Amino acid sequence: MSTDITSPDITAAAPPHRGRRRRYSQLSRSDKVWLSLMVGIPSAIHIAFVWLPAIGTIMLSFTKWDGIHLGTWTGVGFKNYWTIFTVFDDKFFPALFNNLILLVFLAACSLVGVLLAYLLDKGVRGSAIYQSIYYLPVVLSLAVVGFIWKSVMYSQSQGLFNVGRTTPIDFLGNSQKLFEFHVPFLSFPLGLTKNFAALLLAMAWRHIGYVMVLYLAGLKSVDPSLREAASIDGCNEWQTFRRVVFPVMKPINVVVLVITVIEALRAFDIIVALKEPIGTTVLGVLVKNNLTGEGGGQVGIGSAYGVILLLLCLGFIIWYLINNYREQEL
Amino acid sequence: MSSSLTLVQRKPGYSKPLRSLTYAFLTAVALAWMVPILGAFYSSLRPYAETQRKGIFSMPDSLSFKNYGDAFKQGGMGGWHGTFANTAFIVFPSIALILLFSSFMAFAVSRFTWRFNITLLLIFTAGNLLPAQVIFKPLFSFYEHVPWPNFLSDTNTGHLLGTKIAVIIIHVAFQTGFCTFVLSNYMKTIPKELNEAALVDGASVPRQFFQIILPLCRPALAALATLEFTWLYNDFFWAVVLLNQGSERPITSSIANLGGQYFSNDNLIAAGSMIIAMPTLAVYLMLQKQFISGLTLGASKG
Repeated sequence: MSTDITSPDITAAAPPHRGRRRRYSQLSRSDKVWLSLMVGIPSAIHIAFVWLPAIGTIMLSFTKWDGIHLGTWTGVGFKNYWTIFTVFDDKFFPALFNNLILLVFLAACSLVGVLLAYLLDKGVRGSAIYQSIYYLPVVLSLAVVGFIWKSVMYSQSQGLFNVGRTTPIDFLGNSQKLFEFHVPFLSFPLGLTKNFAALLLAMAWRHIGYVMVLYLAGLKSVDPSLREAASIDGCNEWQTFRRVVFPVMKPINVVVLVITVIEALRAFDIIVALKEPIGTTVLGVLVKNNLTGEGGGQVGIGSAYGVILLLLCLGFIIWYLINNYREQEL
Repeated sequence: MSSSLTLVQRKPGYSKPLRSLTYAFLTAVALAWMVPILGAFYSSLRPYAETQRKGIFSMPDSLSFKNYGDAFKQGGMGGWHGTFANTAFIVFPSIALILLFSSFMAFAVSRFTWRFNITLLLIFTAGNLLPAQVIFKPLFSFYEHVPWPNFLSDTNTGHLLGTKIAVIIIHVAFQTGFCTFVLSNYMKTIPKELNEAALVDGASVPRQFFQIILPLCRPALAALATLEFTWLYNDFFWAVVLLNQGSERPITSSIANLGGQYFSNDNLIAAGSMIIAMPTLAVYLMLQKQFISGLTLGASKG
């Protein structure tokens, strides 16, 4: 990669149709060395420690390995995936379903965040204070968030949700399902467990503030004359938002959507911090548990879970990149 | 930015009942938002036996900071080998390296046109969005097999796994993706003519970078430093999987130290949580502007 940069290409003029001026001087030798180092070092680190391991996981997902002795892996084709979809279906599908629930739920939370941002943007007195309060949970560690909800809100002996109950409810220990339904190819029903629903609330506490801040900043950068024009043309408030403000905010909308999806798929911290109550497993936790189990764990299976998670994320990542870079030169 | 344009009435006003409804709604949400944090703070000031008997939401018999002292000691937070110091030794070098590398990269990508610059930028942006679980096992094995002298670590296992260096490397690799993306957007807004003028005057590339572009990026760098501080400080995943068995555990793992296997003193843990939350809360409250602009620099282009 670093060889590309030292090629004369670096000083070549931009394509003529863009009308940019030709550079007047070639870069000196030492400048080229500098530039190749500036690109080479960060790229090497990023690719070596992020992308190569990712490729490694993909490869491991097609093998059987004890996870300890290098070179002792043996290829097994798609067997790990087959195992996940058949033998471990009672682990995989509930976890996937939890991720899905989380996605829908966080999407709804994003809408609440947008609503809060919209209300704050209308020039509410003290909006800075409201904003700080809504955003506060986002700067807390998820380990802390998990504990606070467990102890202050859900605790059987002292939690707020148990105040005044004669028989306290064990919110985080109850893996009964709130609703369930049968899927044709599964021998067990899928559904939302009560303790996962309780965790959702804690996650909402954090997610709403995050989206609110992003959206508020976006709203502030919308040209006020657009709104004015819309109101002169007789748009009511909803029409103005729906037809004028929302389309102008497209870059932020894309970011919020991507954050929502990626957060829903990557969910991990809060569940692990609460010692993974039964019924609250998500894909990220399955990956970790299979990879770090006793004696090295089931590396092949864990990696296959990881690849499934990666594929789910990658679709959205690519969509985001296309949206983000379309108007730039490629 | 928009405040200079607001001589004309900016947004359509509300009717009166709607306005009070809005205030009522916003205030209700704000109060609800504060309950968990204030509840944890309140319980951290009270003894365990008392809140177990009366619940957190009751009048106090006694208030003291005793839990804080205990949590600090039992959580192993203080001292050069405490969790606070461990976190500091991980977070600050990471931030310095992340900002250095990502400004290098952003400079080369945004100020020069070469064949693969957009491709690399795409790789960096996408890499930052990958789930950490997906890259963890190969990295773990790699760290396990890289020898590392014991005198450079507290874990004394003879390899990189369990050392702070291992965590720093992965933070740098991961977060450089995000910061490069943000900084390159920021650098694109600096006029190209500045580089050209510097070039005509014979300024070398390092000089252009260190003396012209980098000083102009100060606001973006400050914003990113604030944001990265809270992210790395709060990191849980890498702390759990890479530092699990070692004595180099960071502050976020102190909560685990405080909770026993069969019995946990919630009030003690609440005090621990408050201590853990303090640095990020302080940074957020003091540098709120930087913090928020860091988030939004990444979101809105240029």
